[in-house]
Amino acid sequence: MSTTPRALVVLDVIAGLALAVAAGMVFFYAPLERVMGAVQKVFYFHVAAGWVGMLGFGLAAVAGIIYLMRRRSRWDLLGVAAIEIGLVFTLINVVTGMIWARPVWNTWWTWDPRLTTATIMELVYIAYLMLRQGIEDPERRARFGAVYAIVGFLSVPLTFFSIRIFRTIHPVVLGSGDPTATGAFSMTPRMTQTLMVSLVAFSLLFVALLWHRLRLGELGERVEQLRLKLQS
Amino acid sequence: MKATGAVSFWQATLAVLWKDLAAEWRSRELLSAMLVFALLVIFIFNFALELQTQLRAGLSAGILWVTLIFAGTLGLNRSLAVEKDRGCLDGLLLAPVDRAAIYAGKALANWVFMLIVAAIMLPLFGIFYNASLVLPGVVLVVLLGAEGYVAVGTLLASMAVQARTRDILLPILLFPVVIPVVVAAVKATGGYLQALPLEEIRPWLNLLGVYDVIFTSVAFMVFDSILEE
Repeated sequence: MSTTPRALVVLDVIAGLALAVAAGMVFFYAPLERVMGAVQKVFYFHVAAGWVGMLGFGLAAVAGIIYLMRRRSRWDLLGVAAIEIGLVFTLINVVTGMIWARPVWNTWWTWDPRLTTATIMELVYIAYLMLRQGIEDPERRARFGAVYAIVGFLSVPLTFFSIRIFRTIHPVVLGSGDPTATGAFSMTPRMTQTLMVSLVAFSLLFVALLWHRLRLGELGERVEQLRLKLQS
Repeated sequence: MKATGAVSFWQATLAVLWKDLAAEWRSRELLSAMLVFALLVIFIFNFALELQTQLRAGLSAGILWVTLIFAGTLGLNRSLAVEKDRGCLDGLLLAPVDRAAIYAGKALANWVFMLIVAAIMLPLFGIFYNASLVLPGVVLVVLLGAEGYVAVGTLLASMAVQARTRDILLPILLFPVVIPVVVAAVKATGGYLQALPLEEIRPWLNLLGVYDVIFTSVAFMVFDSILEE
């Protein structure tokens, strides 16, 4: 329990190496996009971070359902861990997207469905963390967290669809409402390979981080139990 | 829960609803606060946006819904804080009825309060901005939109009142989740006010309906685990 498991160390090394390979491919292997140039290379990590963010939030919703059925604190730990990691990666996704949008769309921000949904999603899960902070009883905190993770995850596709209908009726002038319109490009095989490697690298990183966060949560629970024992 | 002699689901729901309505009828605390607050919001909007008496239909739909939703948050918080503070929640939980019936009763009561506020706000808004808002279509949108809002709102408020930071927590929990309802309700209301053809309004009505169904059923499924102790 106290020492890091051998498998986790191996996973850390593999994830680090995969990330290095992905970065190398982004810079040296993937071809330069003809119109957008070097800024297009943000795309590989942008998509990978977005994927990991969705993975984290989806996993948290599943963990929430299982927690409500089984009532094991392990599932609650998994839910928080997945959401914390999801928040970080969604933020990376939004920020890299903005870095790309500035030269390509000529604006940091448009009220496009994807941008807006990603940011609202970020707000939903910040609210999740605030809800947990306000509740002391760990069992109740876990139940409420599970309920909110489920409700929040359900609202994400609805938000996306409502904003998409919103934009198709009233198209935005700046940067075009459709993200495939401005700055769209077709991928060469090398680009696809780089994207795939990035996705795998980020997924490995996600699993490694999740594992670390789970261990941290378990250790935190043990500290809490020891403290209670000392007090009594 | 179908114990012999136990009250049916609907009887329990109606009892909770009746309790809330009777309590409100005697105190008139919640509705008066919601109404005054809603009026204040409309007045603040008037100065903040320098509104003219002839409003664009899209703008008045937006103001109407922001007003309703702010007033609704006030009502939701209060409606569950009252139960929690005076220990009424424990009494409700001791009753041998389905927990979902308690949720249904509270949600129905909150829905009724929101509809009453809307019923007063719509004509008042029409007077202030010289427009007719009491149209059958707008009424339909208010019914659907308030239902979706209250379905999630009652669920989240019953969690928020049990947290340490409860007064500030409810809007933070509720608003990001309820955005699809606001978007759809604003667009549908605006559509009816501008007298758009039905096929342009229908996607929004459909979205509102989908939202209502999804969130009402999810709330019924998970409410048991909120009131457990």
